[in-house]
Amino acid sequence: MSEITPELVRHLASLSRIDLDEAEVARFTEQLAVIVDSVAKISQAIDGNTPATSHPIPLANVFRPDVVEPSLSQEQALSGAPDSGQGRFRVAAILDEE
Amino acid sequence: MSDLIRLNASELVELLAKGEISSVELTQAHLDQIAKVGDAVHSFLHISGESALATARDVDSRRAAGEKLADLAGVPIAVKDNLTTTDAPTTAGSKILEGWIPPYDATVVTKLRNQMLPILGKTNLDEFAMGSSTEFSAFGPSKNPWDLTRIPGGSGGGSSSVVSSFQAPLAIGSDTGGSIRFPGAVTGTVGIKPTYGAVSRYGLIALASSLDQIGPVARNVLDAAYLQDAISGHDPHDSTSLPGSLGSMVEAAKRGSLKGKKVGLIKQLSGDGFQQGVRNRFAEALKLITDAGAEIVEVDCPSFEYAIDAYYLILPAEASSNLAKFDSVRFGMRVSPKGNPTIERVMAATREAGFGPEVKRRIILGTYALSSGSFDKFYGAAQKVRTLIQRDFDAAFAKADVLVSPTAPTTAFKFGEKVSDPLAMYLNDIATIPANLAGIPGISVPIGLADEDNLPVGIQFLAPAHEDARLYEVGAALEGILEGIWGKRMMDFAPELKVN
Repeated sequence: MSEITPELVRHLASLSRIDLDEAEVARFTEQLAVIVDSVAKISQAIDGNTPATSHPIPLANVFRPDVVEPSLSQEQALSGAPDSGQGRFRVAAILDEE
Repeated sequence: MSDLIRLNASELVELLAKGEISSVELTQAHLDQIAKVGDAVHSFLHISGESALATARDVDSRRAAGEKLADLAGVPIAVKDNLTTTDAPTTAGSKILEGWIPPYDATVVTKLRNQMLPILGKTNLDEFAMGSSTEFSAFGPSKNPWDLTRIPGGSGGGSSSVVSSFQAPLAIGSDTGGSIRFPGAVTGTVGIKPTYGAVSRYGLIALASSLDQIGPVARNVLDAAYLQDAISGHDPHDSTSLPGSLGSMVEAAKRGSLKGKKVGLIKQLSGDGFQQGVRNRFAEALKLITDAGAEIVEVDCPSFEYAIDAYYLILPAEASSNLAKFDSVRFGMRVSPKGNPTIERVMAATREAGFGPEVKRRIILGTYALSSGSFDKFYGAAQKVRTLIQRDFDAAFAKADVLVSPTAPTTAFKFGEKVSDPLAMYLNDIATIPANLAGIPGISVPIGLADEDNLPVGIQFLAPAHEDARLYEVGAALEGILEGIWGKRMMDFAPELKVN
């Protein structure tokens, strides 16, 4: 029995900042339930002693000398922005009026 | 059709070096082919004819002046549209990035420019490389040149269809779970996923950072070797880039030998449940491999049973994080709801309008896998399975120099067959995913046509990390044996492309 419910899908979509419509909520609830049920067997494969791998090829920390190198100009950095002004990204209000 | 476009890149390297052909005529021949078949196959999202010809003219005048150029200088190439280019739009197959011109070039693109390969354009892909068919591209699917009613594989179906319809001899792909190798298998071409970190990911629009790897797409193993040598090497811009060199892939491909090699047949991927025609060609290839002096040994990889599950938890988790950057602030689309919305509502409306169904599905799945109640059960467990899969590979490579399996369970399927069933689409990657989870290199080489549908079948070789050269050595050997038997090349079996 899947724990994927329409409420959960709406919550996950909200965390993901995706404004799903109701038809998508219904479709994803059904599809994600099938996927999650299928992948859930993964917990049978492991025990408490199995170490996790986050990265396939182990590399030690990578550093470079702390020297200033050329990087994007302000103009380049803003070149793809949907809206900008005064050398900054312009966005809608961060806070609600409430 | 111009004969020039049917030549392999390695043949073009020789002809260009001897001055028997010019890069301009070669580039123009490919642009002519793009004009002829481009609409029917729909491989390109953007074509850069003028700048490709400018590079070609530069190559020709430098060669005429006696300048020593890179091997591939003057050989045209196509680049997957998830690599940033400062002179062409970069969309990753998504509406959210439509029209975006990046402010920097990917390292691989810089290397191609420095070595003076004319870049013909940017190739189609499933949106953000999420898919196996290009059906999830926001700009419509690419077609398989062997049969235009079938998929060219994915996510790199643009690149595979480009080289298999002679629109370019070479292309760049990226492989997160098989996106180079699967398209190679279903279009009768060669695709390689190098060792993780062998090719810089700087400027690759990230899908799953611990799995993504850029690699070559070509019509033959030696061509792919030239391309891997051209694009690999350490890059300080990518902190996961491998230090040092893996050696010359061209030398390995030219050496081409199976003699004395131990080839591990993966018990879990030996063909159970695979299409009969795939199994038949695979069995014949194993016989040829043995006849060529290699020894087949069976290897057991019990944890592969969980590879798809682990992959479809790790990939969405990493993707949900990587795709958070598409927030309507710094680049790409912005959709503002009516009234006086906050930035959060603008983000949510933009991402709803800009992302397609598979991307939304995977972001939501990834968010779930990473959420506090599910982390240990899903993402944490998947990372542990990753360890088990690496151990399986370690044990297998203690017995064998390379491992072998069919590249995919089936030949190219029809459009629409799997698009509404995510799980069926995911199962397609069963043979290719383990390599990405372990970071090891893999190659797909064409081994003929399936009996039931006359469509290409691929064989996959896998090697330990850093041993990419072994793939080129055994791949080139098998390819040479098959071409000897056929008396022609794989692509010579392809029916003539019917275009209106």
